[in-house]
Amino acid sequence: MLDSLQQIIDCAEKTNRLFWEVVLEEDMNQRQVSREQSMAKMLTVWKAMEDASHNYTGARRSVSGLVGGDGLKMRQYNLKGKNLAGGYVGEVIAEALSMAESNACMCRIVAAPTAGACGVLPAVLLPLCHREELSQQQILEALYVASGIGAVVAHRASIAGASGGCQAEIGTASAMAAGALVALRRGSAAQIGHAVAITLKNLMGLVCDPVEGLVEVPCVKRNVIGAMNAVSAADMALAGIESRIPVDEVIDAMGDVGRRMPVEFRETALGGLAVTPTGQEVKRRMAQE
Amino acid sequence: MDIFDILGPIMVGPSSSHTAGAARIGGMARALLGGAPVKAAIHLHGSFAETGSGHGTDRALVGGLLGMKPDDLRIPRAFEEAQKAGLAFTIDTVDLREAHPNTALLEVWDAAGKRLELQAASLGGGRILVQRLDGIDVSFTGDYHTLLIRNQDEFGAVAAVTGQLSRMRINVANMSLCRRSRGSEALMVIETDHKLRPLQVDALRRLGPVLSVTYYEKEEEADA
Repeated sequence: MLDSLQQIIDCAEKTNRLFWEVVLEEDMNQRQVSREQSMAKMLTVWKAMEDASHNYTGARRSVSGLVGGDGLKMRQYNLKGKNLAGGYVGEVIAEALSMAESNACMCRIVAAPTAGACGVLPAVLLPLCHREELSQQQILEALYVASGIGAVVAHRASIAGASGGCQAEIGTASAMAAGALVALRRGSAAQIGHAVAITLKNLMGLVCDPVEGLVEVPCVKRNVIGAMNAVSAADMALAGIESRIPVDEVIDAMGDVGRRMPVEFRETALGGLAVTPTGQEVKRRMAQE
Repeated sequence: MDIFDILGPIMVGPSSSHTAGAARIGGMARALLGGAPVKAAIHLHGSFAETGSGHGTDRALVGGLLGMKPDDLRIPRAFEEAQKAGLAFTIDTVDLREAHPNTALLEVWDAAGKRLELQAASLGGGRILVQRLDGIDVSFTGDYHTLLIRNQDEFGAVAAVTGQLSRMRINVANMSLCRRSRGSEALMVIETDHKLRPLQVDALRRLGPVLSVTYYEKEEEADA
């Protein structure tokens, strides 16, 4: 079931259930657990995301020293009230930076779907929780939607930068976040599908080119584009805008692009930003230390 | 893969393959040794060798050897914790032919001098695959409760073990058997759906052809 989004959408429509319920039942079936056990585990995931956000101070730096403190900078800038993006999106940017920095600085995070892309999903959910009275139930439902989307992409394409480039990591995280947002706004299963399709189309081809092979540059800031992309795609889908290419076809295309992507652009630090003069300089400096 | 491989693991950063998987490999070596190691030689291959230091792979492996789970906040300080716990370790790089890019080879010793050698790969998302154990090719993940049973290569050894498991109502999920040569020692790897109690593991130990039993219990769900 978790190998086609269209199948989940059809199943939800035919059986008059919501997208998240289809995913929940699939989990209960696959892991042989009760509804309560599954939801308790999902709550653990959510609590870990909240804790990771609360524990961010902006004081820690990564191994290379290239990452740390930008989430705090963004929060302080937002407080001045003159940011271009506005309230919610400003907070999304700050949260995405903070969470991704926490990962780079060896703090505790939730891989979603990977550690490098861990900032995207919480970045769109946490600020919404602060601004609106969302129930715990609503959040858990959104997380089931996100996990179902990620599972389908993992099955049909890839969620690893080493096999599919950054589109597979940040792209998938972005699709998961977009679906979660649509679900929170009570969009239909079909609208979730359109949001996922739009999200993946907009990040297709993104390469994985980390400086010195570390989950730092450009990974931290790419979490921001993943989150922003999710917000715009969710709003488009909720406005009734549809993807002209069906969602499963988009996922398959993303998988195809990943497979044909040169190895230099798949986490090997042999291309893109990793081989810029500055990227190489970082490498030399770290080798000396 | 289930949905909590997508939303998870809950882990200390920065990389599920290079950090969380590495902690699990260390934890597997500790579990199979049957207690706290006092000495460890850690050999890193491929991407583990090249970017392991920047990803905390070295600290995560040591943390795992100390019993830390992938979400343990002490992983960044694992080297200091090792000193406190009396674990002496060395880390170097190794070139293992045809191994997965994220592979570690660990040699560990306990206080009584018992030695264990384990080669495992980190497959991504924090999932691992043990591929060699004391020189014998194996293939198991730690996603199940796992029995490692050394037995004399003789008639009825497998039947004795599986018969006992059947009487104890323990269901076998996956199973493999490997030996170095005919009539020598063999190694059974049995992954089970059910947890085994210590008495049940002892019952397997008492079987005629069985030389030794090591039991690995699947990692419990992380508590936030």
